[in-house]
Amino acid sequence: MSDYAVEANKSEGSLKEEYLSLGRAKLVEMYRTMVLIRRFEEAAAKAYSMQKIGGFLHLYIGQEAVAVGSVAAIREDDYLITAYRDHGHAIARGTDPKILMAELFGKYTGSSKGKGGSMHFFDVVRNMLGGHAIVGAQIPLGTGIAFKSKYRKEDRICLTYMGDAAMNQGAFHEALNLAALWKLPVVYIVENNLYGMGTAVDRASAVTDLYKRGCSYGIEGMVADGMNVFAVYDAVKEAAKKARELSLPTLLEIRTYRYRGHSMSDPDSVYRTKHEVEEEKRRDPIEQMKKFLLSGKIATQKEIDAVDEDVKKLAAECVEFAENSPEPPLESMYDDIYV
Amino acid sequence: MPEITFREAINQALAEEMERDDSIFIVGEEVAKYQGAYKVTQGLLQRFGEDRVIDAPISEGGFTGLGVGAAMVGLRPIVEVMTFNFSLVAIDQIINNAAKMRHMSGGQLKVPMVIRGPNGPAHQLAATHSQALESIYAHIPGLKVVVPGTPKDAKGLLKSAIRDDNPVIFMESEVMYGLKGEVPEGEYTIPLGRTDVKREGKDVTIIAYGKTVNLAMKAAESLAAEGIDAEIVDPMTVRPLDDGPIINSVKKTNRCVIVSEAWPFASVASEIGFRVSSKAFDYLDAPVELVTAEDVPMPYNKNLEHNALPTLEKLMNAARRALYKK
Repeated sequence: MSDYAVEANKSEGSLKEEYLSLGRAKLVEMYRTMVLIRRFEEAAAKAYSMQKIGGFLHLYIGQEAVAVGSVAAIREDDYLITAYRDHGHAIARGTDPKILMAELFGKYTGSSKGKGGSMHFFDVVRNMLGGHAIVGAQIPLGTGIAFKSKYRKEDRICLTYMGDAAMNQGAFHEALNLAALWKLPVVYIVENNLYGMGTAVDRASAVTDLYKRGCSYGIEGMVADGMNVFAVYDAVKEAAKKARELSLPTLLEIRTYRYRGHSMSDPDSVYRTKHEVEEEKRRDPIEQMKKFLLSGKIATQKEIDAVDEDVKKLAAECVEFAENSPEPPLESMYDDIYV
Repeated sequence: MPEITFREAINQALAEEMERDDSIFIVGEEVAKYQGAYKVTQGLLQRFGEDRVIDAPISEGGFTGLGVGAAMVGLRPIVEVMTFNFSLVAIDQIINNAAKMRHMSGGQLKVPMVIRGPNGPAHQLAATHSQALESIYAHIPGLKVVVPGTPKDAKGLLKSAIRDDNPVIFMESEVMYGLKGEVPEGEYTIPLGRTDVKREGKDVTIIAYGKTVNLAMKAAESLAAEGIDAEIVDPMTVRPLDDGPIINSVKKTNRCVIVSEAWPFASVASEIGFRVSSKAFDYLDAPVELVTAEDVPMPYNKNLEHNALPTLEKLMNAARRALYKK
């Protein structure tokens, strides 16, 4: 068990009654979205193994509470931008999972018409601005999106997600300096899943309390348990408020865990033990949420079962939709290069 | 028409466009308080304020990426790089983000921004500060690349670049900022992607852009004294390349010399040479000649530097060779 797991266990008690104020429907919806992300990705993994999906497929399984908790804490007109492990963010933002699965299949009905694939999900209507595959390169973009809010005197913030490894890129440091210097309404969310591909955080970062790394820019750091959707929600709510009302950036480290390898081709046994993975799964975010719904009598077992069944069906429908969708016409490769 | 400098022409384009559209802002090193490292942005801070004319730290990857992000959500950033040498620090943002965003998002996004500043060799700055990089950017689908050669072209093209909804690389030159030329009074634009015939002639086509336009004009004068009537063709925008007027000119003169300050390998010059060879093959009476920078990093020594560049002598010799004249 990692050090983080110990800290996180302490926060399990934070599944408190105050979250009831979110309302029953919203709470069930959050649960449903987490389950949908997982079932969607399980279906994608299966399709990948059947070679229906190509390239890289980076699964979010285990990290669902981060996307769902953070998106629940912002407004619809706020922006978000993330790296290549982006399925959860798009689904949490409400993108039709059918067009996302079609994108994974490279089909013309996909969110990027088959040109983006797994690492490049975009839903501009919902202010989900990608899906970016060069580690850390989305951090200046998110900073620029926040710059626009300030320039236009709008109170829309930008959640800029990254993995723990992205913090070692120059882009991270340049962007944080600019955000602090120009007081931009951005929340940097580091999804610390303990590994940058196969390299553990303590082998990559000289400081392993990652939230502390904003201090050289005068950016306040916060840390939250990413296996607990409400802990994520609380932390993002607070950071978002500071961004919105004071136009100040925050560096929020969310400690989470990915159950699967870095990508589908990752032999994760070379850098972590099966025991570690099993230990982390004991804090599963979906199970925690389910327990909360049941113990708080927000939903009955029967209702939970219905949600699970419904989502399972939807994931299957996504695959069916993707399978039956047309290939992009060859000439479409020339589309959308210039306006 | 009034004569103004290249610098003033660019400054006018920036000011006129900023006046017209409040989504435009300028960000870069020393653009505001210092009035521009090469004084191109002189007076803009006073006129448009610090919210729109913004001094950035030396952080090209950061502020170029910030510009791309701002453009994704509707602003029209003008990112000034102090020179294009430093754009190499931001090249991931330019190539992977600015150029590809529209394609990767399946047409959901556009990136209307201009990245501008001086490009190409200056005087005795050696290898890292003296290089013409347009071929690198022209290689990338999704970018437009403009390399103007006169004050009039610079102003008209920059206004079009700012209004363009695509990322535009706009390449000036330190050593041209003081160059004077006639510029029309009042509003005008020159569309991107249109080749201009700068001088009509019948014997040999010289294709030049950017700083080499002036070299080519000088060469044409000297060649005229030898009885050689050169036509100077200036693509102005090297991507997208309007090759129609180039091909038409070569079909008329049957000879083609391309002059560029960039390196020869996989370059704008070699691309033009390829197009001429494939589209005007039957019209050529001599092999296409390339007069480029020597294929070496720029040396510091003044004499070596001079000889590493296209010179009047090299250009004239190439034109003579194309005409089988000694």
